[in-house]
Amino acid sequence: MAKQKFNIIKSTCIPIEIDNCNTDLIIPARYLAFTTRDPKFFGEAFMHDLRYDANDKPVADFVMNQPEYSEAPHEGVHEIIVGGKNWGSGSSREHAAWAIAGYGVRVVISSSFADIHRNNLLNCFVLPVIVTPEFQTELFASIKSNPQTVVTVDVPNQTVTNEATGKSEKFEINGYKKYCLMNALDDIDFLLENQDKIVAWEEKK
Amino acid sequence: MNTLFDKIWDSHIVQVVEDGPTQLYIDRLYAHEVTSPQAFDTLRDKGIKVFRPDHVIAMPDHNTPSDQQDHIDDPIGKKQVDTLKANCEEFGIKHFTMGTKDNGIIHVVGPEKGLSLPGMTIVCGDSHTSTHGAVGALAMGIGTSEVAQVLASQTILQSKPKSMRINIEGELQKGVTAKDVALYIMAQMTTSGATGYVVEYAGSTIRNMSMEGRLTLSNLSIEMGSRAGIIAPDETTFAYLKGREYAPKGEAWDKAVAYWKTLKSDDNAVFDKEVTYKAEDIAPRITYGTNPGAGIAIDGTVPTLDSVSAEEAAQLKSQLDYMQFAPGEKLEGKPVDYVFLGACTNGRIEDFRAFASIVKGKKKADNVVAWLVPGSWLVRQQIIDEGIDKILEEAGFELRLPSCSACLAMNPDKVPAGKLSISTSNRNFVGRQGPGARTILASPLTVAASAITGVITDPRKV
Repeated sequence: MAKQKFNIIKSTCIPIEIDNCNTDLIIPARYLAFTTRDPKFFGEAFMHDLRYDANDKPVADFVMNQPEYSEAPHEGVHEIIVGGKNWGSGSSREHAAWAIAGYGVRVVISSSFADIHRNNLLNCFVLPVIVTPEFQTELFASIKSNPQTVVTVDVPNQTVTNEATGKSEKFEINGYKKYCLMNALDDIDFLLENQDKIVAWEEKK
Repeated sequence: MNTLFDKIWDSHIVQVVEDGPTQLYIDRLYAHEVTSPQAFDTLRDKGIKVFRPDHVIAMPDHNTPSDQQDHIDDPIGKKQVDTLKANCEEFGIKHFTMGTKDNGIIHVVGPEKGLSLPGMTIVCGDSHTSTHGAVGALAMGIGTSEVAQVLASQTILQSKPKSMRINIEGELQKGVTAKDVALYIMAQMTTSGATGYVVEYAGSTIRNMSMEGRLTLSNLSIEMGSRAGIIAPDETTFAYLKGREYAPKGEAWDKAVAYWKTLKSDDNAVFDKEVTYKAEDIAPRITYGTNPGAGIAIDGTVPTLDSVSAEEAAQLKSQLDYMQFAPGEKLEGKPVDYVFLGACTNGRIEDFRAFASIVKGKKKADNVVAWLVPGSWLVRQQIIDEGIDKILEEAGFELRLPSCSACLAMNPDKVPAGKLSISTSNRNFVGRQGPGARTILASPLTVAASAITGVITDPRKV
């Protein structure tokens, strides 16, 4: 997946108001059989069975197909998804994170995430931002009344702001991961650099 | 005052990263064909080898057909299975080939071969890795980037989860299985009730539960969101593991058991959360919605829209619309189209014994298509050795070949759109068993009873 350094993201949002939105919904199992790493391929499969009917026709009333939200993400536009609670539950498939990243999304905001999916998002350079249920409810309402509502995600200061209401919250991210995101660094490189510690552990055992 | 989880976690710490996660040593990585190809690509990109190939075991299971295993018709599925084999050959990893006696569903094969042992840290790019916690291991599902990390370093970066103990006390009623216990806990806790926690299962019900039952319970830990499920090893565990192909032998066995006996939470261990349920409150369970927590006792009724909050009512209605069920409706007695016995949840010998105990001397209902799919070739052999295949055959059932099969529709076993399936698998998500398929989760006993009558049936009544 493309690695883009994180700093301050200001963007309109796509509201996907589905609680317990599991990774089977985010990407159906039939897309898992592919061995490709093409972000575009997985991006097209994002929320596929809600976006398209059995004949591959767009489902008009699904949020991503509504004119206000159908524009593909680019800087300042739809780079943020606001999801329902327990976002990404179920299967560990990282394909779900690839689909979100491949679609062009950089931040997912929810009041809670499933653990494995949250790690997967971070490893795909998509930032999961946990907000309070009150912030989430208000944000859904702001977007509903004005789809142009902008949210600012300030990674250095760890704040998320609903610009429609001015409501702002701190969000959690550990210092190590924040550094990785802001500098586009992978965990795997860190682990490879620490091989002497791994060998030392094995010898001690 | 440590929990069992603390003990395993602490003994595997390579380092704690400053203001960051813990680097944890991994004793066993399991890899299957679906979540590993891109991880091997990452290694090739970086020009690195697998760090500890002897710690890695691979086998295909998701794409495997259950009617024959000479070939895979779907070229995409075939490519994925072939890619796993080629990657294992290139990187020097042990691979259990499709259609051979070593193969099966990774979460069935690991414990039954003694590859998953107490005290181990185990990971796999699969959420049901939680299964292996039943032997007293810390077993976690991970994503493909993390699979690459483990291949490259035999370690993983994880923030330490919180700890929860779920106690189940008392004797299970007749007709109630480990599957029903898990479905009951999920309905109480919701599918995110244990998110952020490692759950230890304890209490007299667990102590009296068979190893197969514990594997089922631990398997379903992820369905309430937990990072892992774990059960302290005891005589049941040791008896199950003794003599298994890869379990320690002779003196090494005695030494291992002596260590394994220390693997339990201290009497004064403090958990971040602790809950207790009574076995007597648990009846055979079925689900009515599109998440595993949406369940009721089999003789119960679907919740009414006014019994939940306005916000929840909208989501409940959309679930019931998909399932074609009405609020307040009783589901017992409703016709079913498909029956599935199998998956990493209920594809073990005890599950087939349970199914056979119900169908023995009876006949499969004509309106039902039944897929009976052992979790591994070892399980299949045991079914034949015990003559269970004959009982199934006489009742009009066919024993298929080991595969993930109809659990997730990545192979030919797909439930057609609109059809109602009663299934021993782990997820009733929208489209899980095939686009448009409707799934009810239940135990092998309930599924067997329903297969005979052709309608959703309480196993206590047949």
